[in-house]
Amino acid sequence: MLKQLECSRAIAETIARCRPQVVCAYPITPQTHIVEALSELVRDGSLSPCEYINVESETSALSVALGASATGARAYTATASQGALHMAEVIYNVAGLGLPVVMTLGNRAVGAPINIWNDHSDAMALKDAGWIQLFARDAQESLDLHVLAFRLAEELSVPVMVCVDGFVLTHSVEPLDVPSQEAVDRFLPPYQPVQVLDPADPVSIGAMVGPEAFTEVRYLAHHKQLQVLTRLPELAAELAQLIGRPSGALLHPYRLDGAETIVVAMGSVTGAAGLAIGAVALCAFRPFPLAALAEALADARRVVVIERNLAPGLGGALASNVRMALRGRAIPVHTVIAGLGGRPVTRAALRPVFESAARDALDDLVFLDLDNAAIDRELARSGERRRSGPAAENLLRDARRPR
Amino acid sequence: MSQTVRFYQTATFTVGNRLLDPARRTVQASAERANAITSGHRACQGCGEALGARYVLDAAMRATGGDLVAVNATGCLEVFTTPSPQTAWQLPWLHSLFGNAAAVATGVAAALRVQGKRTRVIAQGGDGGTTDIGFGCLSGMFERNDDVLYVCYDNEGYMNTGVQRSSATPPAARTATTPVIGPEGGNVFGTGKSLPLIAMAHRLPYVATATVADLHDLEAKVTRAMTVHGARYLHVLVPCPLGWGHPTDETIQMSRLAIECGVFPVFEAVNGEVERATPIRRRQPIEAYLRPQKRFAHLFAGDAVDPRVARLQALADDNIRRFGIGGPP
Repeated sequence: MLKQLECSRAIAETIARCRPQVVCAYPITPQTHIVEALSELVRDGSLSPCEYINVESETSALSVALGASATGARAYTATASQGALHMAEVIYNVAGLGLPVVMTLGNRAVGAPINIWNDHSDAMALKDAGWIQLFARDAQESLDLHVLAFRLAEELSVPVMVCVDGFVLTHSVEPLDVPSQEAVDRFLPPYQPVQVLDPADPVSIGAMVGPEAFTEVRYLAHHKQLQVLTRLPELAAELAQLIGRPSGALLHPYRLDGAETIVVAMGSVTGAAGLAIGAVALCAFRPFPLAALAEALADARRVVVIERNLAPGLGGALASNVRMALRGRAIPVHTVIAGLGGRPVTRAALRPVFESAARDALDDLVFLDLDNAAIDRELARSGERRRSGPAAENLLRDARRPR
Repeated sequence: MSQTVRFYQTATFTVGNRLLDPARRTVQASAERANAITSGHRACQGCGEALGARYVLDAAMRATGGDLVAVNATGCLEVFTTPSPQTAWQLPWLHSLFGNAAAVATGVAAALRVQGKRTRVIAQGGDGGTTDIGFGCLSGMFERNDDVLYVCYDNEGYMNTGVQRSSATPPAARTATTPVIGPEGGNVFGTGKSLPLIAMAHRLPYVATATVADLHDLEAKVTRAMTVHGARYLHVLVPCPLGWGHPTDETIQMSRLAIECGVFPVFEAVNGEVERATPIRRRQPIEAYLRPQKRFAHLFAGDAVDPRVARLQALADDNIRRFGIGGPP
């Protein structure tokens, strides 16, 4: 049933229907509304039995979830940006221990300069931590992905990060259908871990592993990720039957037939393309769907990757992965760095990019909407002084000056 | 030919005292003890931490009827007990990271509670994992009053990584990062923190200190801690022959001297107030404690005793005054 809801509230209601037994919360914008709503749902008894724990840092938030999961409870938390990096060590640890924690990442830029708005820097910083990373293309999909996430995580013993664009999606208010309790219960059986901390059958979890077995342990982590490539589409189809709409996939193709230029992107940015070119919205970034993407791009003459992140010194994290899917094919893959720190990605800005791509006149690496004059002024300033220090304040002053 | 027959001592200094009536015997003296850390682990000879952890966990196992889970911070105790695929743990045991044991234990306790289980939870770490890197998580666990007994095995430094300074390293001690170079070699004065006092500032229902020198006392404190629910803290001094540079057969003796000279006050606190501090039985000068330890050897290397010995004595005297544990003169 469609209801006018804020996406974060709807995510919280969806999480509640997934019946997590332990929810840990530490505030960081823009995921705060999710854990706030969950605190209400636990207090008013809508989500029960559930232990809701206010912790003192993100490290503790995920550590509490880790301990709970190892003890046989379904565990959930949410974070973003600095918070995700604060808990980075635990993020790797949860994956290494094979604990099926589900976490929402309200995607946000990483400082300095401090910036609360959306891009994918946080998710990209953690892309190789061993978690499944699913990117929601719209608010509705962000709800459904959480239901898929618990099932995938618990079936494969891999934690799942559901990446939801901060503000653009988390704070959007629109008609949304929270998957019904009946559908979720049919799709998601109770958590049945293979091993738990139980005095009746004591196990040691988290032992030291040396060179003699470490590679094999890591290989298995890779192997589990690869299973997602088959399992995710199957589960998405199963869920679609129950909720009456397709949601979740390795990738979402759009008008690929006959398209010479195909745009590849992740998250909410793909909802805004709207041009007569093909598009692929990646839902699964980890595991990276090499085969499915190669197939989707089979007839492309060029690929334009819209990146909401920057890998300084390289370009974009997504484009280098896309190239991997196109290995052996001599077609251009352009990287467009767009929407960093919440800068709007507009049709007006994209149109000339796509047009010059069609003329084969687009550079390999393009920064969308870059204020080149401001960059030139700052480069000149810093060139004069040759001293270290931040440049953000200068640029901000320039940005405020009427042009 | 005459022969000297020695009986076991009957005082609290003894370990497994079979002359006491059964009810007063230690857990360690009982054939029924859990051996929560079983033999065959890789601890150094004379390791105070291995001893302390065995005492603590066996006592906790008895107190809980074996219904116990342990969470471990990274450190010596974790490394020497679990060289995969072997494990020395006879109870369910979880190791995650260096700095998050208290938070992981919170999660374990929450999961047990939500599943309606009565299983108790112990978290344990060394002084590095407790007073330094795990401090934030620990304070959070304390302030929320989560149902966890946190045990710090304090050997006054990062021994697992090769004896570096922690915030529990005493002044003047030589470590790999407080080398004896210059006139004031070793760790500096005016630094460090007391985790038991900080724990008390959280108004925990139970805080205690103990050493491996007094088994009855240590076991009694663990047993008492397990009768209480909420966040509890136990700080156990565990000498480290490797880091302290004392002979491996003097670990117990070093613990006892730490008590007797006043550097390590032994007490119990309830709801943030000291309830009972153990009076020193046989007061010793600080020198008796410092001299056997190579980490303090530079204080006695010159013709005259280093004036810092007197400063360390003053710190010990201050402890004795604060806790009112001065023995007969």
